[in-house]
Amino acid sequence: MTATPLRTIADPADLLQAAIASFNLAADWVGIRATREESVYRSQRDGKPESNRRSLAQGAMVEVLVDGQIGYAATNNFTVAGLRQAAQQAFQQAKAAAPGKIHAFQPDVRPTVLGVYQSPVEKPLKTLTTGHAHELLSRICQGLKVSDQIVQASASITAKEVDTWLASSSGTQVHQRFSFFSPSFGATAQDGAIVQTRSNNGRGHSYQAGWEFFDLGDELWALEQRTGEQAIELLTAAECPEMSTTLVLAPDQMMLQIHESIGHPLELDRILGDERNYAGGSFVKPADFGSLQYGSEQLNVTFDPTVEQEFASYAFDDTGVVAERQYLIREGMLQRGLGSHESQARLGVPGVACARATSWDRPPIDRMANINVEPGDRSFGQIIGSIEDGVYMEANRSWSIDDQRFKFQFGCEYGRRIRDGQLAETVRNPNYRATTPQFWGSLAQVGDRNTWQMFGTPFCGKGEPNQIIRVGHGAPVCAFNQIEVFGGAA
Amino acid sequence: MQQWETTFNQLIDALLPQLQANEALTVELVAEESQFTRFNQAKVRQTGNIANGALTLTLMGKERSTTETEPYTGDKTVDWPLLLTALETLRAELPQLPTDPYLVLPEGDAQSREVYEGQLLTPDRVAPALMPPLQGLDAAGLYAGGRAARAYADSAGQRHWFETSTFTVDYSLFTPAGQAVKGTYAGREWEDAAYADTLDTSKTLLAQMAHPPKTNERGQYRTYFAPAAVAELMTMLSWGGIGEASIRRGGSALGALQRQEKPLSPHLHLTEDFTLGQVPRFNQYGELAPLTMPLITAGELVNTLVSARTAKEYGIPSTYAEGGEYLRSPALAPGTLADEDILAALDTGLYVSNLHYLNWSDRPKGRITGMTRYACFWVENGQIIAPIENLRFDESLYNFWGTQLMALTQSVQFMPEVGSYGYRDLGGTLVPGMLVDNFAYTL
Repeated sequence: MTATPLRTIADPADLLQAAIASFNLAADWVGIRATREESVYRSQRDGKPESNRRSLAQGAMVEVLVDGQIGYAATNNFTVAGLRQAAQQAFQQAKAAAPGKIHAFQPDVRPTVLGVYQSPVEKPLKTLTTGHAHELLSRICQGLKVSDQIVQASASITAKEVDTWLASSSGTQVHQRFSFFSPSFGATAQDGAIVQTRSNNGRGHSYQAGWEFFDLGDELWALEQRTGEQAIELLTAAECPEMSTTLVLAPDQMMLQIHESIGHPLELDRILGDERNYAGGSFVKPADFGSLQYGSEQLNVTFDPTVEQEFASYAFDDTGVVAERQYLIREGMLQRGLGSHESQARLGVPGVACARATSWDRPPIDRMANINVEPGDRSFGQIIGSIEDGVYMEANRSWSIDDQRFKFQFGCEYGRRIRDGQLAETVRNPNYRATTPQFWGSLAQVGDRNTWQMFGTPFCGKGEPNQIIRVGHGAPVCAFNQIEVFGGAA
Repeated sequence: MQQWETTFNQLIDALLPQLQANEALTVELVAEESQFTRFNQAKVRQTGNIANGALTLTLMGKERSTTETEPYTGDKTVDWPLLLTALETLRAELPQLPTDPYLVLPEGDAQSREVYEGQLLTPDRVAPALMPPLQGLDAAGLYAGGRAARAYADSAGQRHWFETSTFTVDYSLFTPAGQAVKGTYAGREWEDAAYADTLDTSKTLLAQMAHPPKTNERGQYRTYFAPAAVAELMTMLSWGGIGEASIRRGGSALGALQRQEKPLSPHLHLTEDFTLGQVPRFNQYGELAPLTMPLITAGELVNTLVSARTAKEYGIPSTYAEGGEYLRSPALAPGTLADEDILAALDTGLYVSNLHYLNWSDRPKGRITGMTRYACFWVENGQIIAPIENLRFDESLYNFWGTQLMALTQSVQFMPEVGSYGYRDLGGTLVPGMLVDNFAYTL
């Protein structure tokens, strides 16, 4: 068989089908998941180029179900011969492990499905030329440097086009084409020992789209200038006071809050114990689904891979399960977890289409996709206006939570005191700490649709072997009662 | 696998003549064949193997540079067309880029070759060797093993090859109440008896976790940190710590040390030590690091990690760091506290085996937050009383490696890297345990 690099193949569906037809295995099910990922990363610091990187990653994972055990083998030698060798290895893996398997999986954990998906794109990533990208990055760096006290101004873009194909012995044929775009910038200000950094929403801008999110004109230039000015402003701001008070979080911090204290604890593989040796378990128990009051009645949370342009939208997960919007928490009550067909079969609780892999060289595991807090009915003015004394925080800069997702401490870039229903003076080093049930139980006000914003990150780490994956989180402004806040070190 | 090195050299020999006048090129290789067997409840959860590799080309010319990464299969007929296309793509992009004043061109003629063979389990032997000794235990973890290669070549004539065969079994054992101990068995040669001995040590510790856990109020406690916990703290120095660029640009927790505003303990001696041969000595610029380089001596910052790029920007000498200026083979020197005296020296306080999810809470002040994890105990009058409910800490390194550092242990342990984001991590950290007074726990 002639070796044929994937780059020359527009659509490898035929190759995958030919490979599956060539397998001669006594298996209950065989599937192939192939991925091609083309990435561009460009960055500047202080208006000078730091990085210009392109990459092509491609390969395929063959999964074989034998005696209730799935074995896998992954290769970047994308030929029928390469895939046939991988299938044989996967078969042997399953056979060797089957006597000690944790669960006897049936072929229905890999449903048969046909379909396609494509990200919504206005300005295709490849139309952002090298020269124009660097012009934009340079101008952003210049705009951030509002003072000599700005010791570092940085800007970057990450653009990825990812194709995934699923094919199986049961007839699955799926092709999904994704376009991911992540622009980022920030400024660091220094005055002696005082150092403060401000960025564009905690570097939470990651979308599934073309580069239209970067082509904002005057709005972008105003944003970068404000970012630089706020970094300077923080140098002379007072430390965030230490007290228990009403805490108001902007959507760019809600992103992190949702991710760490709702998304991860609801992952069924954590509850099953798969993650105990690395990312950890969960304080949530199997019996809690349908019975645990996770937060106040103001709290409504959805798993929603159908939101257009949100970072982790898709039509099928990496095992072929059709993706649908589902409530995880409704009026504060826990409804369902984040678990694949495999986890649902093992645990006997409802899940969602969330078996995802970082790329072709890692097996799918339970993952968040888009986890969103649904909007309420309070305007931003109504929320702030109702608070006599409190703290408002924007943009994550520090995050840490325990292995049961119970005790956490998060820090933000920028804070404002709230006094007598008004946003008042700026405070620096705003941090807060709480336990997850206490925190969500104290949710008192939820902002309306006008306050709702969506963000995302490509850097959610989990799994053994380790995987990072893209997640999206949308949320309104939210207010929480009696939260412990504090500032920087003495 | 055996042809990886041959193919790499053939590709380089074919690629370099393709360069045009005034062009310079570097090529980096990462490749591995890995067996991953994941287990939970002492049963196999997922198992498989992966063959992966990538070649990263950086083309330089006219004061500009650009980089492309392509798959590497080890089959020249597959890899060569992609490589040639990548070179053409880079060449076309170069003129569109702004000039780079800190561009580092390859120079020198350094050559190196290190190959470490191993005796690893064959794929069909992994589950049969791994699982039986775990029977009767609630065990979760991962076996990760196989060959790995890192290589470098450039148009100046430098060429390096590093290849090693390693495995790690990173596991946790749990009591019915969810208390746990952590263990790692790692090396280049699998031995069933050594694996069983490692597990036995963990089982002994697990028995101590059977007592009901003690809940401690937040506050300051004298604390003994076992080597695994010290290694976790050490990782923070690679992230806004010991790198020269981060110090220069306000992003380092060691800025106050560098400005001599805050001291560290005279007991603290940190070295970058490549003598263990766990990781390549060459970096992305083809430079060979010295076998050892002191970073902190008697609490003073005597060297930082300076990449060739940072060196060019600030007009200072390189210390042969990678571009990211992170620790590659750190070793913290031992102290004087004998292992058998640890509990007596601790007297009353916390014995912390592991830490979890560390992050800077106030980087300019050196303050780190994180959690205790796994086998952590309350100790009274030199006696272990009970395991503890995990605690959150928030403390400055200028305290725990400064004024509050009481002692370091005489013995050191090698804590292997077990991470596998992208590729299996190589290397590890050589650290002692440490005794700290008045360590701050906040939740």
